[in-house]
Amino acid sequence: MTRRFWVFLEQTSGVLHPVAGELLGVACRLTTEIADELEEAGEEAIVEGVLVGHEVTDLAQQAMQFGAARVYVVDNPSCKHYLNRPYTEVLTTLVRKYKPEVFLIGATTLGRDLAGAVATSLGTGLTADCTRLEMGTARKSPKKLLLATRPAFGGNVIATIVCDDRQPQMATVRPRVFDMPPCATQVSGEVIHETVEITPDMLAAEVVEVIADEASRVDIEYADVIVSGGKGLGNPEGFQLIKELADELGGVVGASRAAVDGGWISYPHQVGQTGKTVRPKLYIAAGISGAIQHKVGMQDSDFILAINSDPNAPIFEVATVGIVGDLYDVIPTMIETLRARKGAAA
Amino acid sequence: MIHQLVSVKQVPDTTNIRIDPETGSLIRKGVPAILNPYDAHAVAAAAEWKQKLGGRITIITMGPSAAEDALRECIEMGADRGILISDRKFAGSDTLATSYVLAEAIRAIHAEDPLDLVLFGKQAIDGDTAQVGPGAAVRLGWPLVTYAVKIREIDPDTGYTLVERRTEAGVEVIKTPLPSVLTCEKEIAEIPYASLPQLIASLQYEPERWTAEEPVAYDTAQIGLKGSPTWVAKTGTPEQHQPGETIDVSEAGVKRAVEDVIDKMLANNSVVSILEG
Repeated sequence: MTRRFWVFLEQTSGVLHPVAGELLGVACRLTTEIADELEEAGEEAIVEGVLVGHEVTDLAQQAMQFGAARVYVVDNPSCKHYLNRPYTEVLTTLVRKYKPEVFLIGATTLGRDLAGAVATSLGTGLTADCTRLEMGTARKSPKKLLLATRPAFGGNVIATIVCDDRQPQMATVRPRVFDMPPCATQVSGEVIHETVEITPDMLAAEVVEVIADEASRVDIEYADVIVSGGKGLGNPEGFQLIKELADELGGVVGASRAAVDGGWISYPHQVGQTGKTVRPKLYIAAGISGAIQHKVGMQDSDFILAINSDPNAPIFEVATVGIVGDLYDVIPTMIETLRARKGAAA
Repeated sequence: MIHQLVSVKQVPDTTNIRIDPETGSLIRKGVPAILNPYDAHAVAAAAEWKQKLGGRITIITMGPSAAEDALRECIEMGADRGILISDRKFAGSDTLATSYVLAEAIRAIHAEDPLDLVLFGKQAIDGDTAQVGPGAAVRLGWPLVTYAVKIREIDPDTGYTLVERRTEAGVEVIKTPLPSVLTCEKEIAEIPYASLPQLIASLQYEPERWTAEEPVAYDTAQIGLKGSPTWVAKTGTPEQHQPGETIDVSEAGVKRAVEDVIDKMLANNSVVSILEG
């Protein structure tokens, strides 16, 4: 028997979403965690990707570089742009045919839209926004199961969820939660073309217009530097100062939920449990108290600088370095100092 | 005239949740139960469209008796009918079982009084799964539009609605036939101030109660723990971090504090590459 570990290879306009690579890395690790079982049973495990779209077969190669041994490709003009029903049809059809044991999907806008529909169609369990995935034993299951760990109650609780009597065990994972695996230069793998019939009734909902929006394009998930502002800014204009520091550092602007809820800045900037998970090299939190729901979205950043006038603010618990002081003194001084040092170096 | 249904959930206000430092468990006592904020905005959107086009709004919720308060809040915003689906047999339902319960209730309501639009909040703030709305849409076989930020148009004559949804790339405008299922962001509508008559009506309102038997006879294999493929194997509290050093501006002065911090950033391998690169 072959135990299949599947990853949905999300693509938009022929570009593979990085989360697909991250999840292939996870899937490969999961197969190593059942090596003992495989050896004992004389079975094998295989990591496979599922690619849906139109004229996207080339991306299979990239998936193989990140660890997919086989890629199923469904190429259909009706799947050129993402729509829930045709994509759900494609994935459920393939799952029923190949019966994967585990199915991982990126918790992007597209992935979350799709995963809930696919899991319900298949009548299986789905765990959203996992922050840890491992294979382990639970209850009386004779085989190791996917132990899917995620935050709940606004990040106050960490719960490990299992799905033991139905397959596939499905999970979504946000971009940036796991590292990108090394990219192999020499790869071998198999591409299998599959056909799934898309009937007109599945295309009842259609995209009639796309309005590209600058604010929505803020790609904070993959930024190296993020400067975030919160309620401590005192007013929406404070984000101009945040932006100035971000520009000085070549970074982007993030925000706490309080600042977004207050209408000071748009939602795509939001970091945290209800926003985005980020892991930049440098994260600066200015005027953010550090509610747990914010911390779960940024605590894995390489270097965290917190600036807050309240020495007891919880944000200092996760900060690499903290400055207790007024951000309106600290940030202008910081911009000035950075400029002066740059000038001196030049 | 249109018939809209909004599925809502009463949730603990997660911004007020605290963890008992001794036991590591949730302190639920004193945590207010609120109408899930995203759901409140979905109800507000339905109320706006009821004003424009006329018609009725039905609210359903699954939960304990206390969830009646969430229904009253919806009545206050302009809903006409509130149904509490409550039964001990539903206890332990995960998102799959919950979507079954809600979809069957929606089907029953639709059979009596056909629906044009079904709204959900994009997610509930306690679980944050965003799975129940899509699950219900699949079960009903109706088109789904997630992350809706604006309803541009509802045309009961041609049987279509135009909805804007937000994606990473911007805003997509979706044309979808009625009935469709939408999951809503907060921008979908502002929460209205209740009029006095609405406020009084809501205080006196007695929600209908549906059980696992009546009026929908649920398949017991698909509800509660039995109908839930996922279960919680373990819970815990998030890892505690080792806090780093803090520099107080009132002691060191702002110039010194900033210089110190920049030196520390430059001493960090990953930060130095971006500051100097």
